[in-house]
Amino acid sequence: MIEFRNVTKVYEAGNRALEGVNLHIDDGEFVFLVGPSGSGKSTIIKLLTAELEPTSGSIEVNGYKLETIKKRQIPYMRRTVGVIFQDFRLIENKTVFDNVAYGMRVVGASGREIKTRVPYVLDLVGLENRGRRLPHELSGGEQQRVAIARALVNNPAMIVADEPTGNLDPQRSYEIMMLLESINALGTTVMVVTHERELVNRFTKRVIAINEGKVINDGMDGYYINEET
Amino acid sequence: MYTHGFMSFAAVCVTVACLVIIGSFSLIIYNLGIFVSDMEQQNRVLVYVDENYDNAEAKSVGSRINLLENVREAVFMSREEAVKRFVEQQGSGEAFEGINASDLRDRFIVTLEDNSKMNETVEELRQIQGVADISDRPELAEGFTTIQRILNIASAAIIIVLLVVSLFMISNTIKLAMYDRRDEIAIMKMIGATNRFIRFPYFVEGFLIGVISGAVAFFIEWGLYDLLAKRITAMQSLQLFNIVPFREVFLPMVLTFGVAGLFVGMFGSVMSIRKFLDV
Repeated sequence: MIEFRNVTKVYEAGNRALEGVNLHIDDGEFVFLVGPSGSGKSTIIKLLTAELEPTSGSIEVNGYKLETIKKRQIPYMRRTVGVIFQDFRLIENKTVFDNVAYGMRVVGASGREIKTRVPYVLDLVGLENRGRRLPHELSGGEQQRVAIARALVNNPAMIVADEPTGNLDPQRSYEIMMLLESINALGTTVMVVTHERELVNRFTKRVIAINEGKVINDGMDGYYINEET
Repeated sequence: MYTHGFMSFAAVCVTVACLVIIGSFSLIIYNLGIFVSDMEQQNRVLVYVDENYDNAEAKSVGSRINLLENVREAVFMSREEAVKRFVEQQGSGEAFEGINASDLRDRFIVTLEDNSKMNETVEELRQIQGVADISDRPELAEGFTTIQRILNIASAAIIIVLLVVSLFMISNTIKLAMYDRRDEIAIMKMIGATNRFIRFPYFVEGFLIGVISGAVAFFIEWGLYDLLAKRITAMQSLQLFNIVPFREVFLPMVLTFGVAGLFVGMFGSVMSIRKFLDV
C-alpha cells in the first residue's frame, strides 16, 4: 500500500517538483502513473524508495512511515518494493541466473532457496532457457524480463516500473505490460510509470495523471488524458 | 577482487611503495638514533681528585660520586695510569719522557645517565669533598641532546606525513576501483542490500590488499636493508658507523608492516566506499 499525504518536494536549487500530492494505492491494485517529462513522476518513485525525503507531507509504503523511518530500516523497506528501470540495470558480467540470484543473496537467502526460487521466477517471466546467458546476449525485451524476475524474486508486495518499455518496440512493450498484468493477477501491486499514451489506453486500469508536480486526474476509466489539457 | 584485478594490483603496488618508504625512513632514523646514543656514551665527565690525596683517599671519593642519581658509573684512573695513557696517545716522542706521575692528578671517568642534566650533575660533583676540578665539555653533550631531539621530532613528522600521503594515495586508488563498481553498488542498494552487506566484500578486499602489501613490503625492506648494510660495512674500513642487524628489528618491523598494511588497506577501503553508499 502506498499513501502520499499532501507531499511537496522542493529541490535545493529551488525547483518545485511536487506540490501537495495526495495518492492512495491499495494492495493488489494495478496503476499507471502518467505525465510528460519533468512532471514529477521520477520524483515520486525516488520518494517512495526513500532515495529522497519530502520537503513536507508524509509518505507510507507497505507499512513503513518514511518520515520516521530509521536509516538502517530503509533496506528492509526497499525489499518490499521491486523496482524496474527503463535501462534494465543488470550486472553485465553476471549470467541471467546470477543476476536474479543476486537479488536473493543480497537479502541473505540460502543456496538451496536460490536454486529453487530462481528457476521458478525465470519460468514465470518466460526465460526458463536463458539462465546461462549474459545480459548482452539477450534482446531488450528479454533483458527487461530479467529485471522483472530480479524484482520479483524476493516476492515483494509491490512492483514499481519506471518507464519499463522506454527502450522496447511496441510488440515487446505490450508483452512486458502483459507480463506485469499477470504478475498483478497473482496479487502483487503494480505501479507503472510511463508517458506512452497508446500503451496505457490498451489496458483498462486506474490512471493517475500528474503535471507540473500536481495530480491532475485520477480515474478508473483506463484513459490517458491529453497532455495539453 | 579477481574481476577488478588491475585496480587491486595497483592498490597493492601503491601500498607497498608507501610502506617501503616509511619502513626505510624508520630504519634510517633508528640507526641514526643508535649512532647518536653511542656517541653520547663516549661523552664522559672527567673528575680530578685533589693532588694531596693518596691513592686510597682518592678511591674513596668514587663511592660518593656513585651516590649521585645521574651517575651511571665512575671508573677510577690513577695518576700513573694517566701518564702511561698520555704518553701512549702522544706516540714515542722523547719530549714526553720526562713527565712524572706526580705532575698529574688521580681521576674518575664518569658516565652519566642523562646528558641533558649534565650541568646540574657537575654542580653536585663539585660539592664532593676531594674533587679538585672537572672537565665536562657541556657543549658537546648539549649538541648530542639537540641532535637526538631534532631526530625524534623530524622522524615523527616525516612518518606522519608519509602515512597521510600513503592513506591518501591508497584511498584514491581504491576509490577508482569503487568508481568502476558504482553501478553494481547502486543496484545492490536498490534491491535492499544493507550497508554492512555491501561493505563486507570491499572490507575483505582491503584486508587482503593490506596483508599482501604488508608482506611484500616487509620482504623488500629486508632485502634492501641487508644489501645496504653489507655495502656500508664494506665501504668503511674503520667501522665508525655500525648498522643494526635486521634480525634485531625483525619483530618490530613485522608488527609495523602488518599493522600499517592492514590499517591503510581496510581504512582506505571503508573510507572510499562511504560516498557510494549514500544512495
